[in-house]
Amino acid sequence: MIRFLSVWAFALLVGSAAMADSQMRMAVTTSFHNSGLADVLLPEIQADTGIEVQLLIVGTGQALKLGEAGDVDAILVHSRTAEDAFIAAGFGTHRREIMYNDFVFIGPSSDPAGIAQAQTATAALEGIAQSGATFVSRGDDSGTHKKELSLWAQTDVSAFGPWYNAAGAGMGAALNIASGLDAYIMSDRASWLNFGNKGNLDLLFAGDPVLFNQYAYLPVNPALHDHVKADLTAQLETWLTSQKAADLINGYTIDGEGLFVFNAQ
Amino acid sequence: MVVTLDAELLDIALRSLRVTLTALVIACAIALPLAAMLAVRRYRWRRATIAVLNALMGLPPVVVGLIVYILLSRSGPLGALGLLFTPTAMIIAQVIIIVPLIASIAHQSLRDLWAEYHDLLISMNVTQSQKVRTLLWDARRALLTAALAGFGRGIGEVGAIMIVGGNIDNVTRVLTTAIALETGKGQFALALALGFILIALAISVNLIIHWMGQTEQESRW
Amino acid sequence: MVSVMFPLVLQAAETSRRGKRLIGPIDLSLEGHGVTVVIGPNGAGKTTLLRLMHGTARLNKGSVQWACDTAKAREAQAFVFQRPVMLRRTVRENLMYPLRLKGARKTDAHARAETAARAVGLEDFLERSAVVLSGGEQQKLAIARALITKPALVFLDEPTSSLDGRATRDIEGILQEAKAAGTRLIMSTHDMGQARRIADDVVFLVNGSVGEQDAASTFFDSPKTEQARAFLRGDIIA
Repeated sequence: MIRFLSVWAFALLVGSAAMADSQMRMAVTTSFHNSGLADVLLPEIQADTGIEVQLLIVGTGQALKLGEAGDVDAILVHSRTAEDAFIAAGFGTHRREIMYNDFVFIGPSSDPAGIAQAQTATAALEGIAQSGATFVSRGDDSGTHKKELSLWAQTDVSAFGPWYNAAGAGMGAALNIASGLDAYIMSDRASWLNFGNKGNLDLLFAGDPVLFNQYAYLPVNPALHDHVKADLTAQLETWLTSQKAADLINGYTIDGEGLFVFNAQ
Repeated sequence: MVVTLDAELLDIALRSLRVTLTALVIACAIALPLAAMLAVRRYRWRRATIAVLNALMGLPPVVVGLIVYILLSRSGPLGALGLLFTPTAMIIAQVIIIVPLIASIAHQSLRDLWAEYHDLLISMNVTQSQKVRTLLWDARRALLTAALAGFGRGIGEVGAIMIVGGNIDNVTRVLTTAIALETGKGQFALALALGFILIALAISVNLIIHWMGQTEQESRW
Repeated sequence: MVSVMFPLVLQAAETSRRGKRLIGPIDLSLEGHGVTVVIGPNGAGKTTLLRLMHGTARLNKGSVQWACDTAKAREAQAFVFQRPVMLRRTVRENLMYPLRLKGARKTDAHARAETAARAVGLEDFLERSAVVLSGGEQQKLAIARALITKPALVFLDEPTSSLDGRATRDIEGILQEAKAAGTRLIMSTHDMGQARRIADDVVFLVNGSVGEQDAASTFFDSPKTEQARAFLRGDIIA
């Protein structure tokens, strides 16, 4: 019995270690994964190219770290400044824009800060700050968090009060918190539409061009990590920028609403 | 939809079981002889070792996960093995988490049994390894309880395996990480359903093992 | 083996724990036949003396010398405790245990366990767990387990002290048979009747030293020391 168990354990240990040649790992953001688009794209990618893409769902900050360490073969994120720094440092070979979606402001349906009538995203945030209504921030150094901070930087709000809650959590978890606190929050549209615990929250503000959210594909530099599957990342990039990808991305809807706009060059 | 969900659920549940049972077998192979040695040998650092072991029982899984992550990362000392984000990495993390627990619980029962057996075995002039084997065999029911405690901790653990496994669909997604993911999407009903499966799994493994121990006992008496 | 091992000679032997002397200095010579019974008041050091001879109590001063190599002598001994130590196994497995330690084959040990159980009247309990046996049955099992490897010498530390009359009589019967088979027995007891029934010679221990050593008949009929006379009268000896 003991001999049987140890053989079994050993076989599992060894067997699970190997990674097949047609598998690659890509770090993506929680907001991308929560949109559900991956569930449409991945089977098509496998069918067309034979590549099995394993997704690691993390924040942009961690995705970039995984790329730096060579623990993934490519990343798909949305934080321009961080991406440029990643390429400049040589961790990735290049940056390829794929598509964009947009951020929206969510808040209690009673809208105590009155942001539904705001003209710009900046004005909406200033309204929240002035009214002192509870606001939940991702606070996790993710692309969404960085975007939110850059928007605050354009407002006349100089310091956050106790109304500002940095959750340190992914998009879904942060939405759960906002739902529990009846608070305002900035979310990507896809995560919001797929979110199952909306409670008393509503989409209150959207459409300002500054809220557009560009996704880019960055293959990890094989010069730094020789195990990185450069051939697969190149194949994947070709597929992601193909007409078929464009049709799938533009045609993806939740509740009849389009989420992403394909814009690869 | 229901059919695919069921197939996927079964897959995830089996993966949970496979990872934790493998970790359990390895952890027992380490912890039980260690506990027996601690019970029968008198050496200088014995008390210190026991104290450390007891302290390690409270090891935060997240920290274990982080350390294993750093070790297994491509940029880490063991990066060349390519083990990060594989079930093997999850097994390693779980082994580290449950070895101190199993060893501590096992040590307590083995120490009591050794107090009982000491005079007889010393008189019979048995070797160290014979002592260890006798204690492990005769305390096997108590050791089973220790192993079950380890299983319980392993199967319900999420912090470490989330970090080192990456929660990759079809590869390293297990019940606990799936629950965390679905909770993150606000899909509480699905998360709860997964939770019930996890509880049912833990209870059935306990029952099966207890039942096996029971039948063996009856055939004996 | 008995003739090779004996005489056993203790010279100025002492055992102490944390600087406090438990027994000694003890000078004693034991020959290789019959039943030696160690008697003496509680706390005289009977158990420690048996353990010292067996080699499981530390010898701090003096010497304990077998006629042969100590390790060899140790191989040919068994020890039965006042409170029987039962392995948490069946009766059969308890009996098989010392045989298996000495490398006997499983089938062989299995069969010999049955013979040994029959010899002490436990043949109906072979597959029962040893820990659920009565005190008397446990002690019979402990003695059978000690005898099963056919040791030259068996130490017994007050083997019947907590047993009823019937169990005591059974056990004395078992011991008489062992003696008849040539096994050397060294036992302690506080039961003077038992000492008179089975002792061939007596070691009278008082305050950790040998007060008197003599043939049983001589000791009980005409003790030489005042302390022994007082002990046999039933006086308290401090």
